[in-house]
Amino acid sequence: MNMVLQYLIVFVVGGTICLLAQILIIRTRMTSARILVLFELIGVFLQAVMLFEPIKNFAKSGITVPIIGFGASLARGAMEAVKEDGILGIFTGGLTATAAGIAAAVGFGYIFALIFRARSKKS
Amino acid sequence: MDKNKINIAYSKFVEGRLPKTKFFPSLLWAFLVGGLICCIGQGIFDSIAAIFPSLSKDDVQAYTLIILIFLASFLTGIGVYDRIGSFAGAGSIVPITGFSNSIASPAVEFKNEGLIFGLCVKMFSVAGPVIVTGIVSSMLVGLIYYIVGLL
Repeated sequence: MNMVLQYLIVFVVGGTICLLAQILIIRTRMTSARILVLFELIGVFLQAVMLFEPIKNFAKSGITVPIIGFGASLARGAMEAVKEDGILGIFTGGLTATAAGIAAAVGFGYIFALIFRARSKKS
Repeated sequence: MDKNKINIAYSKFVEGRLPKTKFFPSLLWAFLVGGLICCIGQGIFDSIAAIFPSLSKDDVQAYTLIILIFLASFLTGIGVYDRIGSFAGAGSIVPITGFSNSIASPAVEFKNEGLIFGLCVKMFSVAGPVIVTGIVSSMLVGLIYYIVGLL
């Protein structure tokens, strides 16, 4: 597919997801934790009903970079692990699939917190 | 005055004091910043796929997220990401970089309260719910998938 068009699709899909979240924040005063949990669950649901894969083929990073992609890989991990290992997969699948992201976020967050100081919140 | 009346009066008072976010500009910023972060992700994805053609798509995806998370943690550390967040709103929360920011930001802020009870505990004030919901819901999906497979 034409590369410019692909990036445009990524931009519009990713932007629209964030726009919907922003409407929710303004209308309901949801905190960021609630927003993240809600969109993660949307991702889990989309993957569980097998809708995530076709959307991903169309929108690429537009849907995988938002936390929806994180939720989807949790669910996909669980489904694939269950297929291979049976009951054990229920427990191992989700975390195994998202281990890289969680470890990166916790590890880098820890390191940068040690390096940098908090600045006063003036701006 | 009974308690209910006081509560209603108080919530009205709070409502009046909350900073007013302008509706349409904030939507536009959320759309632009969110879209831009996704495009950066796509750019990283395409670059890695071009440099290391032997990697599988899932691996490229994992490296992309790791790099995005690294950048977001760094920008949080130097105080830039929270400044973007102040006008981008959901545009900086919903992408995976927002998840990373939600871990790094309190970690930096509460470092002074101690390494364990400051940094390590506060780190998960937002990420904790996300990870807990993620684990529980993925177990649920796995369980349903297992039962469906048995039928």
